[in-house]
Amino acid sequence: MSRRVARLLLAPAVLVVLALLPELGFGLGSVLPGPLSSPGTLQLLALSLLFAGVALSYDLLFGYTGLLSFGHALYFATGVYVANIAVTDWHWGFAEACLVAGAAGLLLAVVVGSISLRTSGIAFAMVTLAFAQAGAIVIQKNPHSWTGGEQGLGYDYTRIPGAFVGVVNTRNLYWLALGYAAAVYLVVGWAVRSSPGHVWQAIRENERRVEVLGLRTRGYKLLSFVLGSFLATVGGIVYLLVVGGSDMSVTAPDFTLAMLVMVVLGGSGTLWGPLLGGFLYTYANQRLVAVGGSHAVQSLPGFLRTPLSQPLFVLGVLFILVVFFLPGGIVGIGARGRSGAHGLSRVGSSLRARVHGGAEDPA
Amino acid sequence: MSTVVLLTITGLGLGAMYFLVASGLSLIYGLMGVLNFAHGAFITVGAYGAWFAETKLSGIGSVPLRFLAASVVGLAAGTCFATLVELVLIRPLYLRHIEQVLVTVGVSLATVALVEGIWGSDPKFYVLPPWFSGTTTVAGAYIPNDRWIEIAAAAAVLVGLLTFLRFTRYGLIIRAGVENRAMVTALGIDVKRAFTLVFALGGLAAALAGVLSGIYFTSITPERGTSLLIFAFIVIVIGGLGSIKGSAVASAAVALTQQYVNYYSTGIGDLSVVLLLAIVLLARPAQLAGRTA
Repeated sequence: MSRRVARLLLAPAVLVVLALLPELGFGLGSVLPGPLSSPGTLQLLALSLLFAGVALSYDLLFGYTGLLSFGHALYFATGVYVANIAVTDWHWGFAEACLVAGAAGLLLAVVVGSISLRTSGIAFAMVTLAFAQAGAIVIQKNPHSWTGGEQGLGYDYTRIPGAFVGVVNTRNLYWLALGYAAAVYLVVGWAVRSSPGHVWQAIRENERRVEVLGLRTRGYKLLSFVLGSFLATVGGIVYLLVVGGSDMSVTAPDFTLAMLVMVVLGGSGTLWGPLLGGFLYTYANQRLVAVGGSHAVQSLPGFLRTPLSQPLFVLGVLFILVVFFLPGGIVGIGARGRSGAHGLSRVGSSLRARVHGGAEDPA
Repeated sequence: MSTVVLLTITGLGLGAMYFLVASGLSLIYGLMGVLNFAHGAFITVGAYGAWFAETKLSGIGSVPLRFLAASVVGLAAGTCFATLVELVLIRPLYLRHIEQVLVTVGVSLATVALVEGIWGSDPKFYVLPPWFSGTTTVAGAYIPNDRWIEIAAAAAVLVGLLTFLRFTRYGLIIRAGVENRAMVTALGIDVKRAFTLVFALGGLAAALAGVLSGIYFTSITPERGTSLLIFAFIVIVIGGLGSIKGSAVASAAVALTQQYVNYYSTGIGDLSVVLLLAIVLLARPAQLAGRTA
C-alpha cells in the first residue's frame, strides 16, 4: 500500500522539486556550469527537460506501438520552423504562429503517416527517414528566403511574449520546458492507459494477432504516429523559444537517431525511461564538451584525448554498451532488481517480432 | 542533345555510387534482416582510409600509382572494419534484429564523431591524376572523365556480385538464405560464415563508394556517408529489399531522376526522389516484400 502511494506521489514530488530549482542559489561544483539560478545552468536544464519530453513523444511510437520511425525530427522541425517563419517572415502574432505550426505538424503527420504506414518494419523506418530528409532539403534550399538555409533563422523578438525573451527571463523558459515535459508525461501516460493505448501495446506485442481479433491495425498505428508527432511539434515551438531561433541541426537525420538513443538509454516502453534518457543525453552532450576541454582530459595522451573530447563518440559507445548489457535501459536497473531479467526482455523480444514481422516468417 | 548525354552520364556516375552502397545494404538486409546504419561509417572509413594513406605516401612514386595504392588501402580498411563490426557487435546479437539496428546506429554515430575528432569536419581532397579532371567529347557533350571511372567500378561490382552469387558455393548459400534462411539452416548449412561474408563484401563496396565520392564530389567529409546512405535506403526500398538487380535498376532510376529534375527545375531534384518513393509505395506496396538475390 505504502509503495503504491509512494509511486503515485513520485511524479508530483519530482515536478515540485524541479519547479523550485531556479529559486535555489547554490551550485553543484563542476556538475553544472554555474549556480542553479544562473541563466547558463537554467538554459542547459531547460534544453534537457525539453528533450526529455521530446524523447517521451518518440517513445509513444517506438516503445509503446513498436513503430521504428526514423523521421521524428521532421515534426519537431516543423514546430521550430513554421512557428518561426510565421512570426519572423510573415509578421504574425505569436498565438496565431503557434496555431499554424500545430496545424502544419498535424497535417504533415497525417499525410506522411498514411503513406509510410503502407509499409511495416524496416521499410517503414527507411520511408520515414526519406520523408524527414525531404523536409531537411526543403529547409536547406531556403524557399523565398523564409528558412534562412544553413545560416538558420533567429526569431523576431518583438513578436514573442516578453516573458520569454532575454537572458533575464531564462527561468521562465525553464518553467516552460518543465511544463512541456510534464504535459507530455500526462498525455502519454493517459494515452497508453486508454483503450487505443492497449491496442498499441498489443500491436507491439503481436500485430497479426490483433488483426485476427478483427481490429484494423493501420488506423491505430496512424493514431499513435499522429499523436507522437504532434507532441514533437509542440516541443519544437518550445525549442524555438528556449534557443531563440531555428537551425539546421534539428532537421538532421542524426537528430532522430539521437532520440532513439535517448529512449533506449533510459528504457523504451516506459514513461520515466525516455524522460531520464532524454534529460541525461542532452545534459551529457552539452557538458561533455566542457569535460573534453578540461585540463584533466587535455593532459591525456592523444589517442585517449581525441575520442574523449567528442561527446557523440562517448555517447555512441555508451549506447552500444547499454544495448549489450542493459537491455531495459536505466530504469531497467531497478526493475531487474525486483523482478529479475524476465520483464526486461519483454519489450525487446516483441519489438524484434514487430520489426521483422510482416515481410517473412520469423526464421 | 549534348545536354541530355551529359545529364545521363553524370546521373549514371551518381547512380554508380548509390548502387555500390545499396547492393551491400540490400544483401545484408535480405540475408540477415539487419538494417545496417553502420554502412555510412564503412563509406567514411573507406574514404578517409584512402586519404590518410595518400598523405602518408606523398612523394613516393607517380600520382596515378599513389592514388591506386591509397585506394587499395581505403578498400582494405573499409572491408576490415565491416568484418570486425559483424564479428564483434552483430554476431553476439544473432536474430535480435532491433538490437542489431540499434548497435549499428551506435557504430555510425561513434565513427563519424571519431573521424571528426581526429581529422576535423573540413573537407579533405585527394591528389588525383590529371586525366581525371579532363573531359571526353561524346556526341558533342564534354563529359568529365571521372564519370567513366565511377560507372566502370559499379559495373564491375555488379558483374562480380552476380557471378559470385550465381556460380560459387557461397553465392548459392547466400541466394538460398535470402529466399528462406530457416530452411538453409535446417539443411545443416552454417549460414554464419555467409553473414560475415556479406558484411565484408558490403564493406568493400561501401568503401569503394567512399573513395569514388571523393572523386565525384571533389572532396570527402565525415557526413558524406550518412547522406549517401539515405539515398541508398530509398534505392533499396524502390528496387526491392534483397535484390541486387533491383538495386542496380533503382540506383540508375533515382540518380537520373535527380539529375534531370535538378537541371530542368531549380534544385528540387532531391525532393523529386522522395516523391518517386511515395509514388512507388502508393502504387505497389507489394514491391517491398520481393526478396530474391
